[in-house]
Amino acid sequence: MLEHFSHIVTVFLLVAGLFIVIARGNLIKKLVGLSILQTSVYLLYIAPGKLLGGTAPILAPQLSVYSNPLPHVLILTAIVVGVATLALGLALAVRIREAYDTIEEDEILALDHAADAREGS
Amino acid sequence: MALTVLMLMRVRNLFAVIVLFGIYSFLMATVLVALDAVDVAMTEAAVGAGVSTVLLLGALHLCKSREAKPAHRPWLPLAVALSTGLVLVYGAMGLPDFADPLSPIHAHVVPRYLQNEVQVPNVVTAVLASFRGYDTLGETTVVFTAGAGIIALLRRRKKVENDRKDRV
Repeated sequence: MLEHFSHIVTVFLLVAGLFIVIARGNLIKKLVGLSILQTSVYLLYIAPGKLLGGTAPILAPQLSVYSNPLPHVLILTAIVVGVATLALGLALAVRIREAYDTIEEDEILALDHAADAREGS
Repeated sequence: MALTVLMLMRVRNLFAVIVLFGIYSFLMATVLVALDAVDVAMTEAAVGAGVSTVLLLGALHLCKSREAKPAHRPWLPLAVALSTGLVLVYGAMGLPDFADPLSPIHAHVVPRYLQNEVQVPNVVTAVLASFRGYDTLGETTVVFTAGAGIIALLRRRKKVENDRKDRV
């Protein structure tokens, strides 16, 4: 069980993020949940690359064991892409707030239904 | 870290949520340092805790800062999330052990990366800029697209405001 501790932490963060995304109606809160889900994926990639007794992958003559650099590279890319998508999501939330005057999912749906009913009648 | 995440789920004041998210990002950066990923930790502290928090606060400035109470108890989402978690834990049991030097992740291309072929002592930089340069090109494309999308969304808003002013 202890050798899988990093995976269990990852899964806990993933479940927490997923729960916030599904259960909370507020769009900004949903985006925060999505970011937590994303950080759990960082952990999923980085943790297996660690070696006990290894150091950060910066080459030096007196060191011989390094942790795996490849996941670090992939996750560096993922962090930057993640913040770009977060910014895009927030811009969408701001636009929705302009159009509907609310960022609660329930209220947006209610307004949509009301608009549909008005068109139908 | 777990405590911060649990509080994030409960708190309804969005300002508190954003501050907690900043704390969470710094904690994640600390964990990444412990896992030897210093470059990633630096990026996470700068981008995750810095830029994301500023963006979230900026969006919050344009929106309401309180979250409405949910109409019903979230049993279904809880069940979905927990069952996903159980399946993932079951799957994780089949993965290689933590810090196992014989796991496949250490076997393929990484020994070659560590031979210092491009004369850059920081291997992460070498891989990012040299071996996997196309990844960085793709990343730049994504960031550019996101920036263009944001500009398109927010500029349209300005035009609508101007129209409104013209009508008044």
